[in-house]
Amino acid sequence: MSHGVRLILDEVSHAWKTLRVLDGITLTAEPGEVMVVIGPSGCGKSTLLNIMGGLLAPTSGSVRTEGAIADDCLNPLTYVFQDFSLVPWRNVRDNVGLVLRHKLTRDAVAERVREVLALTGLSDFGDAWPKELSGGMRQRVGIARALAVRPACLLMDEPLSALDAQTRDLLLDEFVTLIGRAATTTVYITHNLPEAVRLGQQIVVLSRRPGRVREIFRVNRPLTGRSADDPDLKNLEHTLWRIIRDDAAVAERERIDAPA
Amino acid sequence: MRRLDGSVPFRGGGFHPRERWIAGAATLCVLIAFWQFGTWAGFLPTLFLPSPVAIAVTLWRLTVTGVLWQHLSASLARLLIGWFAGTFFGMATGIAAGLWSVTRSPVMAVVSALFPIPKIALVPLFIIWFGIGEGSKIATIGLGVFFPTVIATMGGVDNVPRGLIRMGQSFGLPTTTIIRSIILPGAAPAILNGFRVTASIAIVLLVAAEMIGAEQGIGAFVLSAGNLYDTDALLAGIVVLSVLGLVVAGLIGALERVLLRWR
Ligand SMILES: Nc1ncnc2c1ncn2[C@@H]1O[C@H](COP(=O)(O)OP(=O)(O)O)[C@@H](O)[C@H]1O
Ligand SMILES: [Mg+2]
Repeated sequence: MSHGVRLILDEVSHAWKTLRVLDGITLTAEPGEVMVVIGPSGCGKSTLLNIMGGLLAPTSGSVRTEGAIADDCLNPLTYVFQDFSLVPWRNVRDNVGLVLRHKLTRDAVAERVREVLALTGLSDFGDAWPKELSGGMRQRVGIARALAVRPACLLMDEPLSALDAQTRDLLLDEFVTLIGRAATTTVYITHNLPEAVRLGQQIVVLSRRPGRVREIFRVNRPLTGRSADDPDLKNLEHTLWRIIRDDAAVAERERIDAPA
Repeated sequence: MRRLDGSVPFRGGGFHPRERWIAGAATLCVLIAFWQFGTWAGFLPTLFLPSPVAIAVTLWRLTVTGVLWQHLSASLARLLIGWFAGTFFGMATGIAAGLWSVTRSPVMAVVSALFPIPKIALVPLFIIWFGIGEGSKIATIGLGVFFPTVIATMGGVDNVPRGLIRMGQSFGLPTTTIIRSIILPGAAPAILNGFRVTASIAIVLLVAAEMIGAEQGIGAFVLSAGNLYDTDALLAGIVVLSVLGLVVAGLIGALERVLLRWR
């Protein structure tokens, strides 16, 4: 019952003024699969994701989707943000409701909000203000909000990197379940290699800026069956690290041109 | 080499003033008591500075005869209409300037050119334009409120986190929803701060405009009391203005507590 779409990037390049950030990115995220994009910081991962979802027009190249979407899908390409992007003056329920109100009746909004809060373990927190929640709980709201619109493609920009290590592990497990159940196409950006091998069915390694596709790995193993100490996944993690290590070291010493 | 033996000396603390309203009220009481004592004892001449009791008595007399209300109601009407008009147009202009490039520079240019003009200097012009009646006074207040509101609103809109606006766009929210549910609430703290400033400006301009040409109103009342050397009445009028300021500040504070609960 996969209702994901195929997301196709064709020769996407982007420059911020004279700074070339992305160079000829051609990728396809297959329906229902999790595509993980890794690369050193500043290589253009966020830029790429913003282009994928139509928040940023690339300097050249194109992005398109293929496939059918469910009737109840309100926002085919839906983001989960690194900084959660919750509206601080709305409680949890109204943060989720905000993205539904313009499309659904009041009752339908309440119904969907109840459903996704239950799904993400937030049922008791509908009245809470964002400031009252831990980082992990805030990102659960971010996930709930994204699932509430029944997306055909989830675009996640380092959704766990603002969290501490333990929270990250806990939430990663929940992501696996939720992404598996939602059966959407997912583009997941991270610079965390254990996250990459845990979630990725297609793992795209970008070079340092200007970001190009260096290598693509496929992991043909269901998400739910993966364990943290699977030797194949450990090997893959080491391979990935070997590939990006030198780039990461150089990128880390590069001058930062603008706030990301 | 020196030795460092003993307990670590405390060197934090301070720089954290707290609000104690009792202390504020007590200060006012002491000042008033001292003032009353000074007029009794005779070292404050009552013609120049009538005693608090005399002012209170005058205030009471003005209240029961209805004279006070007559002036106050005229003033309040001008204040409310002028302030709401200036605030409405100021917020609309400020939002437009905060959101769109086509409006931003024109608004900035006009604000920079006209804001520094003392609005009171325009009252004679407004009297020519709008007549000696209500129009000129309301226009003075409205214009005085308009510019600071534009500036506060624009600053507030500028400070709404861009990430939240992108979030709204990424979920396909209509522009009106983004403005109503993200930009306006995000700018609310700055706008409410602006209200504090514009409320005071409105009262100042109200009194000034009423002193230039009005029969009714607290400003006119204070001016005519001064002309008659009726300092009791003059100060009674000033007390009314002070109370008006306090009430307005209290209302804005209450509005902040309701609207900014989330902070
Ligand atoms: N709005 C912007 N204006 C100018 N430069 C930007 C902007 N956003 C990002 N950049 C620059 O583009 C490069 C890639 O940024 P980003 O896509 O955020 O990288 P990543 O997410 O991989 O860390 C960085 O050098 C960053 O400084
Ligand atoms: Mg990034």
